Amino acid sequence: MSDRPDIATGDLDAAVEETSPTESASTDRRTVHDLWLSGTEAPRELGPFTDEGAQEMLAEESDAILAGQRGTIIEDDYGPPADSGDDELQIINMGPQHPATHGVLRLHIELDGETIRRVKPIIGYLHTGMEKTAEALTFMQGSTNVTRMDYLSPFHNELGFSLAAEKLLEVEVPPRAAAIRVLMSELNRIASHLLWSATTGFDIGALSMMIYGWREREPLLEFFEKTTGLRMNHNYIRPGGVAADLPPDWQEDVAGIITTVEAGLADFETLLLGNPIFIERTKGIGVLTREECLAYGVTGPLARASGIDYDVRKVFPYSGFEQYDFEVPVTSNGDVYDRFLVRFEEMRQSIRIVQQVVETIPGGDYRTEDRKVTPPPRARIDESMEALIHHFKIFTEGFKVPPGETYQAVESSRGELGMYLVSDGGSKPWRLHVRGPSFANVQALPMMLTDSLIADTIAALASADPVMGDVDR
Amino acid sequence: MTALPAVLAPTAEAFPGVEFGTVLGDTVARVQSEDVVGFLLSVRDAGFEMFVDLCAVDYLTRDPRFEVVINLVSVSYSLRLRVLVGVSGTEPAMPTITAAYPGADFYEREAFDLFGIGFPGHPDLTRILLPDEWEGHPLRKDAGVGSIPVQFKGANKAL
Repeated sequence: MSDRPDIATGDLDAAVEETSPTESASTDRRTVHDLWLSGTEAPRELGPFTDEGAQEMLAEESDAILAGQRGTIIEDDYGPPADSGDDELQIINMGPQHPATHGVLRLHIELDGETIRRVKPIIGYLHTGMEKTAEALTFMQGSTNVTRMDYLSPFHNELGFSLAAEKLLEVEVPPRAAAIRVLMSELNRIASHLLWSATTGFDIGALSMMIYGWREREPLLEFFEKTTGLRMNHNYIRPGGVAADLPPDWQEDVAGIITTVEAGLADFETLLLGNPIFIERTKGIGVLTREECLAYGVTGPLARASGIDYDVRKVFPYSGFEQYDFEVPVTSNGDVYDRFLVRFEEMRQSIRIVQQVVETIPGGDYRTEDRKVTPPPRARIDESMEALIHHFKIFTEGFKVPPGETYQAVESSRGELGMYLVSDGGSKPWRLHVRGPSFANVQALPMMLTDSLIADTIAALASADPVMGDVDR
Repeated sequence: MTALPAVLAPTAEAFPGVEFGTVLGDTVARVQSEDVVGFLLSVRDAGFEMFVDLCAVDYLTRDPRFEVVINLVSVSYSLRLRVLVGVSGTEPAMPTITAAYPGADFYEREAFDLFGIGFPGHPDLTRILLPDEWEGHPLRKDAGVGSIPVQFKGANKAL
């Protein structure tokens, strides 16, 4: 500081003398402070030492520079060279860490300009060998395993597994258990579709949808927690019935959920379906035809948006779905917009089913009285040695299932969820194969995306609603 | 045995070697692996237009060792059909069914990946769930689940 001129005392002349042009030219780096001090004596060409804030330093601003700053002259050097051929494809890897793939899906995309020429979905990043794990767990523990596969519709996984095991065991569940299963799986469908609306809305720019969807889903998860103890991975539906009865005041909770979801649905439709930006981004995007859906095994809302009237609940009813009055929404365009319509209507129909369950649910047991699969009641264990041994055997060894094989399908939130269960007569499955609906739906992504624009990838992918836990298992 | 669905009658006539049956209420057809493509083309045209599932089962001690299970749905007639194909344990392979049902593509890759069953004629038979450099086929019954060393005193003696 001491060798600098003192500005405060008006010693400016001395300062100008100190930083004469000749001296400054020989200096490599000077501060702005020094340049300001040099005032009008500053050199016209500032040279390499003014690499910061050079525009302000120019004494005369040329018209060209001004035009460049105002943006009136646009130099586009990002376009393709004029002599580039049509066969130059650019390869882009979307994922496995891309936020809009909703998991660890990787898309290998070949681009011609902005048009997608080929897509290859690459999966397996979440493969944890759950089908192999299932062979090491007893039938009683099996639903803890399958509930983790499609983690957004755990009740459907548990239901499929339990129904398959019961078919091999030839065990009938009591009517109340079947009704509870229907109630929980339909509430789960609503929760899953709400989450889908939230994330898909978010992906295509409807930011409020993200918040609203999660908000309406919250009471459902609270009800699941109250009933099963957990917000996800419930292990509630088990071979032989369900783990516990519904909580005492469940009717009021369900009524509250229905009010919330119905109000939410009306909001979503106002927010999205008439919105011109939303329509631009969804109509005619990611189209799957009826034939493609059939050939590639695409099921669920995707197939129904393409005009296939196929719902496992209607065509091959299970767990007493034939008693309930509901409709299967089918549209014909097969685009992202129709998938919104179908899923919104499915939520309404699920509400109808839930209301009917609340009105007609029978009393009685919530699990079968077949002592082969159901442990003895807690009170009996205190007074009977046999009951204690039975309890111990069921929870250590598990119950034995007669040899055989069966395929049981349920309609999950994403489509047909099939369980192919093979038993060799032991207490563990010989083989459990899970036909995840997302696996087939991901396989159809190339059909949706080929020859569309790269900007539509996110909307088309999100509308397929793939859950990677279900794809990779 | 319950009666065969009427839509399958012409196929059953054309393929006398195919055994039809009913297992726990499901219609099941047992097909030889050389007949499978022709049989599937026939049932596809008979109305089983939707491909649902293909998986393999390793029965280890049975002959043939593997069984490939194909699940089909007829949307128009509301029917299900399960097709079982026995595959030998030595050099396991069966012809690809992607000509009849293109949707079998990923499922055949999965069976190849996890069981090592080849599907000659498949457009891109590579591993799908496991990394490309993986050795072995983990869902075979003779593939162990493995174990990892843990850091407790004396815990690794059994390994």
